[in-house]
Amino acid sequence: MKEGAGPHLRRNLTVLAVVSVVYLAVAMFVTNSYYQLILTLVPVWALFGVSWNILSGYGGQLSFGHASFFGIGAYTVTLSVIYWSLSPWLGIPLGMVLAGLAAIAIGFPTFRLRGHYFALSMLAYPLAILYVMQYLGFQEVSMPMHRENGLRFMEFSEPRVYTLIAVLLLVGGVVVSLVIENSRFGLALLAIRQNELAAEAAGINARLWKMRSLVVSGMMGAVAGGFYARVLLVVTPDSVFGMLVSAQAVVVTLFGGVASVWGPVIGAAILVPLAETLQAELGTYLPGIQGVVYGIAIIAIMLLSPDGLFWTIGDRWFRREAPQPIPDLEPLPPPARRASAHAAGPLLQVEGLSRAFGGLRAVSEVSFSIAEGEILGIIGPNGAGKTTLFNVLNGVLDADEGSARLDGQAMLGRKTFEVCRMGVGRTFQVVRSFPRLPVLDNVIVGAYGAGLSDREAIAQAVRALHQVGLQDRAGVAAGQLTNRQLRLMELARALAGNPRLLLLDETLAGLGREECDDVLGVLARVRAQGMTICIIEHTMHAMMRLADRFVVLDHGRVLATGLPRAVVEDASVIEAYLGKKWLARRDA
Amino acid sequence: MDLEILIENVLNALTAGITIGCIYGLMCIGLGLIFGIMRIVNFAQGELLMLGMFASFYLVSEGRVLSFLGPYWGPFIGAMCAAPLIFSGGALLHKFLISRVSGLRTVGSLDEGHFGQLVVTLGISLILQNGGQILFGSTPVAVRTPLSSEAFLIGPVYHAATVFLNKAKLVAFFVAVLAAVVLYVTLEYTRLGKALRAAADNPTAATYMGIDVDRAYRIAFGLGSGITAVAGGLMATYISFTPFVGFDYVIIMYSGVVLGGMGSIFGAFWGGVTVGFVQQFSALILPPQLQNAAIFVVFLMIVLLRPQGLFGRSAERA
Repeated sequence: MKEGAGPHLRRNLTVLAVVSVVYLAVAMFVTNSYYQLILTLVPVWALFGVSWNILSGYGGQLSFGHASFFGIGAYTVTLSVIYWSLSPWLGIPLGMVLAGLAAIAIGFPTFRLRGHYFALSMLAYPLAILYVMQYLGFQEVSMPMHRENGLRFMEFSEPRVYTLIAVLLLVGGVVVSLVIENSRFGLALLAIRQNELAAEAAGINARLWKMRSLVVSGMMGAVAGGFYARVLLVVTPDSVFGMLVSAQAVVVTLFGGVASVWGPVIGAAILVPLAETLQAELGTYLPGIQGVVYGIAIIAIMLLSPDGLFWTIGDRWFRREAPQPIPDLEPLPPPARRASAHAAGPLLQVEGLSRAFGGLRAVSEVSFSIAEGEILGIIGPNGAGKTTLFNVLNGVLDADEGSARLDGQAMLGRKTFEVCRMGVGRTFQVVRSFPRLPVLDNVIVGAYGAGLSDREAIAQAVRALHQVGLQDRAGVAAGQLTNRQLRLMELARALAGNPRLLLLDETLAGLGREECDDVLGVLARVRAQGMTICIIEHTMHAMMRLADRFVVLDHGRVLATGLPRAVVEDASVIEAYLGKKWLARRDA
Repeated sequence: MDLEILIENVLNALTAGITIGCIYGLMCIGLGLIFGIMRIVNFAQGELLMLGMFASFYLVSEGRVLSFLGPYWGPFIGAMCAAPLIFSGGALLHKFLISRVSGLRTVGSLDEGHFGQLVVTLGISLILQNGGQILFGSTPVAVRTPLSSEAFLIGPVYHAATVFLNKAKLVAFFVAVLAAVVLYVTLEYTRLGKALRAAADNPTAATYMGIDVDRAYRIAFGLGSGITAVAGGLMATYISFTPFVGFDYVIIMYSGVVLGGMGSIFGAFWGGVTVGFVQQFSALILPPQLQNAAIFVVFLMIVLLRPQGLFGRSAERA
């Protein structure tokens, strides 16, 4: 659980309890069996929306095919009653297990894809299952009745019992979702949605968290589907694997409010009764009228309130929660440096590193080393391969040849988050922030990435914010920061993982003179605490003040290495930067 | 004897694959413009196809506006006449709805506006489907032409093995190829086509180059709608359909576009052809219910093994 999440969680749980009790109280007075069915279906679709929201809302992995899990739940419950006389009380958990396995089987190949491709592939799974089900002869499967043993087979003559069970299932789903939202799970998902590469570079294993969210989401979807089958008594491939089922999850969530636990609940509470009532009232004169109204409703909501009702209402009638003051923790003393295994050797040793893009040798046989506590400046004209070098070092790109060792341990061939966990922090040329998260959460992502416990992570993040002087902005959303503050925040995120080596990519780019001095001051302070830094920079005068040593790259090769003064007077360096003419004029 | 049947089946699957595949190819070009190039997730593409079918149906069979053309030419001219109708419809849809969740407005926004496009086009799809049910009813209809029950016989090629070429499908095939070629030339070689592709590729840069990006998008969306509608009109001559026919084809279209490689018009066409082939050949070995499942399996394998598509060159950058 995140620090400071307590009150937030308690408030939400109170709302949940009140809403459930009121809903059930109202349901008790409804005697019309059609309305009773609607009252049961609202929580079922809400639960399915909550499940979709975990993967697609928080994690941003847009799934058009959540019906896979809904259908697996529905068919498991129905078929296990028919063939094994298994009670739905056990059938639903069995469906969860199967859906969880299906989620792993689906996620394993599909998470290699991103964006459009991921979304479309997800669409194909339920439809493929749909045709297989038709082929296997499960076109229309009815739940057999067991009047003599109603409780065991979840068969009640009193329809309001179903409403009660549906509400309880939804409460369970909402609680799971709240726990996720307020834990490192949720923060990891939000970070991945907003910037997957940055999350990886901060030590988050994006693949693993996405997989976890798919499994949780799939299991929850199976609960909704299994119970739906029990309530409706008849299952057809189209009614549980069809595209409209997947659409239902998407629509109730986006209508109500995406990435909010209340969104799917609000959406289902409005849309399900609307559609059902229209169907009942007008369906005989105008078949399909509910589809038309449904369509108009979701288009209207999208154009008027693109994030969903929850957020729009929240913004208009309630001021967004005041930025929370940062937890009042004493900044910890800087943790002891991890002891070096080879005290004498360099911290980073790069040898013969090469990387080509087709015929272009972006990085070619680059070798250099960095001693503990040193600041190494990497300079070179545009296109010299500086950023590519960083990308290879921290695992964003694979190297073609060569080796890189951090304190004797091989760095190459590891994934980005693994390199981060070895103790390599990274910032980007274009700041990669999580714009909708508060500054403190942005930095905490870095601390979580390093595998710290919740308490330590907060403390570490606060310390990092103090280090860069952003402690006053901790509660502000990152999207509202100035360029200088963003650069500092990214630096703090890298520092929060308690790295041994910082790779800074043009941290000073786009800053004015005073801002530049400010950031340089912060870097000097960080260095004074013993940090080793490798920095790419264009601004020569800044680099002269900061770096102990230069490595000059040109066309992917190391052109010169040495003390700043010596390097800037090196003829080949001047030629690379300013051209031969300049050199000739200077010598003349 | 067995060999004879096998040869006959394979040859017939081959010809059916080519004819149906090219009509699918035309259909996929429409989505290729909208999804592949403009990167708009359009769930209503199947409904545009359906509108094309009904436009042709009302022009030719029910409304008899084109009945003077006779039962041989009428249905195919009707299919082509669907294009301007659905083009205008698509352009209007874009102007009032799609443009508000795509293009310049969503450049750089979270998820690039996909959530919005998903919901809005899903809404359009629901309205068209169910509105179609109110307007057109839910009894299956077809555009009647005597050609759909006539066939050219080729052969016998091997003993008694004969190839049957359905005349309706054959004419539809020629019209589809012609339409695809015209569109391809328009997009590749005319000023309008270049502006459309530039606007779709990088709206911000295109704006700086003085291209009216909103207009270009509107036209591109209209074209994408119109082209798919023509394919719908052609298909209407050999299948029967209801307002809910779109769902069956929207997956085929997405499969084709992804197979061909996103962003390539040419690729979308070949992707559609490939899907047609897979469908026809799977009929040889699989029971009919599993034919569509076969398309999805091929689709998934392609996406997983070769996400840049069969005919595409480079993968989407992460």
